[in-house]
Amino acid sequence: MALRPVRPRSDLPLAVDPSSRFLGWITALMAFLAALALAGAMLVSDMAQRWDSGLAGGLTVQVAPMPGAPVAPLDERVEAAVTVLRAFPGIRSATVLGGGEIARLLEPWLGSGATDPLLPMPRLIDVIADGPVDVAALRLRLTSAAPGATLDDHAVWLADLRSFAGAVRLAALGVVVLIGAAAVMTVVFAVRTGLAIHRPVVELLHLMGATDRYVSRQFERHVVSLSLRGGAIGLLLAGGTLYGLYRASQGLRASLLSDLSLQPWQWAVLLLVPGMLALLALATARWTVLRTLESMP
Amino acid sequence: MVPRRGAGWTPPRAGCIVPDVEGCRGCGGTVIRFENVGLRYGTEAEVLRDISFTLLPGSFHFLTGASGAGKSSLLKLMYLAHRPSRGLVTLFGRDMAMVTRRDLPELRRQIGVVFQDFALLDHLSALDNVALPLRMSGTPEADVVAHCTEILRWVGLGNHLHAKPSTLSGGQKQRVAIARSVINRPRLLLADEPTGNVDDGIGMRLLYLFEELYKLGTTVVIATHNEALIRRFDHPRLHLDNGRLMVLPARGSRAHDGRTGDARAHDSRRE
Ligand SMILES: Nc1ncnc2c1ncn2[C@@H]1O[C@H](COP(=O)(O)OP(=O)(O)O)[C@@H](O)[C@H]1O
Ligand SMILES: [Mg+2]
Repeated sequence: MALRPVRPRSDLPLAVDPSSRFLGWITALMAFLAALALAGAMLVSDMAQRWDSGLAGGLTVQVAPMPGAPVAPLDERVEAAVTVLRAFPGIRSATVLGGGEIARLLEPWLGSGATDPLLPMPRLIDVIADGPVDVAALRLRLTSAAPGATLDDHAVWLADLRSFAGAVRLAALGVVVLIGAAAVMTVVFAVRTGLAIHRPVVELLHLMGATDRYVSRQFERHVVSLSLRGGAIGLLLAGGTLYGLYRASQGLRASLLSDLSLQPWQWAVLLLVPGMLALLALATARWTVLRTLESMP
Repeated sequence: MVPRRGAGWTPPRAGCIVPDVEGCRGCGGTVIRFENVGLRYGTEAEVLRDISFTLLPGSFHFLTGASGAGKSSLLKLMYLAHRPSRGLVTLFGRDMAMVTRRDLPELRRQIGVVFQDFALLDHLSALDNVALPLRMSGTPEADVVAHCTEILRWVGLGNHLHAKPSTLSGGQKQRVAIARSVINRPRLLLADEPTGNVDDGIGMRLLYLFEELYKLGTTVVIATHNEALIRRFDHPRLHLDNGRLMVLPARGSRAHDGRTGDARAHDSRRE
């Protein structure tokens, strides 16, 4: 089965070329892959964004029970830490988490034993910043006021997360660039084949006064029509695949994958894929025809 | 059936089909000038040697010679399909050696060619075939359809506008080819054995058609070896023999509206 150009009349019978048979379907495949790569990059970016905004601006202070050490009791040290925190510039609130909450946080690791009152539990203070916080100065102040207190600003987490999202975006970009390169090569091949097959007709058109641009327009229309329709088919398939993934992700409990759906503007980006492929095909076809014809009398 | 002048199609831009004598004086007063032209294919011996002649605007010539004498080759030089191996070719006053590839389309659009095998595009209808030169020169689509319909009626194919060439008879294809060659109102009309594979009756009608264009002022050159036709239409002959060209004047020396209808040949050996 071949995707046939809609346009009924072309001076070159390109529609019956063997190259026409595959160009449309290859474009469909490319649009499918490009749309999936882009969607993947956007989904991972969104996810990283959500984790990022959940973690950034948040600080956690942990005050360890230090049994046997020559320090003030845990409650006093927690008090001292909270005082330091509340006085520190850029910090909006500092809340001490109750024992129940800590036990709940640790439950996945410790099981029901986390609620054992005999277990020496660290105390956690949830800090919310509303401005830039000098983390190094705060850390210094905390350790002197409350020995055993450690400040976690999630910097390591965040750095990992951001570099992961960056790597995914880079990989997606690489995939899209490779697909573009493959599209260019496909069009170059199809157009060269078409020119070779129809060389007598092209020569005849030249003798009747056709310019090279006139000849290249025949090819441009042909590849644009094929790649637009191939691209639309690929996009439909990609849309179906994404919807399937979304449905599958709904069954997952993991809150990390809470939302595998795209925003409207992200769908719009995917809609651009066939158009971009068609533009690329157009430019490639024109360039190939004009360059090849230069060598014809 | 016989397409007649005034039977529908009238050249909308008469100035183009009737060469503007003033304009042509500006371009040297000649349509074509060959001086000591030689043509060889590859490393073979020259198929055309020392060809020198001049065609004036509004002239009609037969191009004769045995098969293989080089008639098609000479026409190809005239319609700019080949460049000469040596010598000077001047078209509409322009030295072809100085013309770049970019300028060729503009020049070629002023030449109508009826190719030996008609060279119709099989996947296009009669109308779309005839429309090619108009579409190439950027004529608005509405005008294209109107003009092509008119000229196809003029050549008696009003009922076959949308027929594909494969469904047309030899004579009908020929008329499509001729309609296509004149749709752009060329200043120069070249036909390569247009009467080759049709019977004499059709060949005769065809010649009348060319005569109509000639009377409208187009410069016409027709390659043929049909002696009956040549005798019937009394025009000067360009005769090729062994790669060399002789100009034989019209026997009856008919004068057409006072125009000089003959070519001037230069004897190359003298130059
Ligand atoms: N493209 C070509 N390549 C090589 N030789 C050619 C080519 N075209 C024509 N010839 C040779 O040139 C000579 C003249 O051919 P042609 O111009 O077709 O003659 P005519 O039209 O009078 O029959 C012949 O010997 C033919 O074999
Ligand atoms: Mg011939």
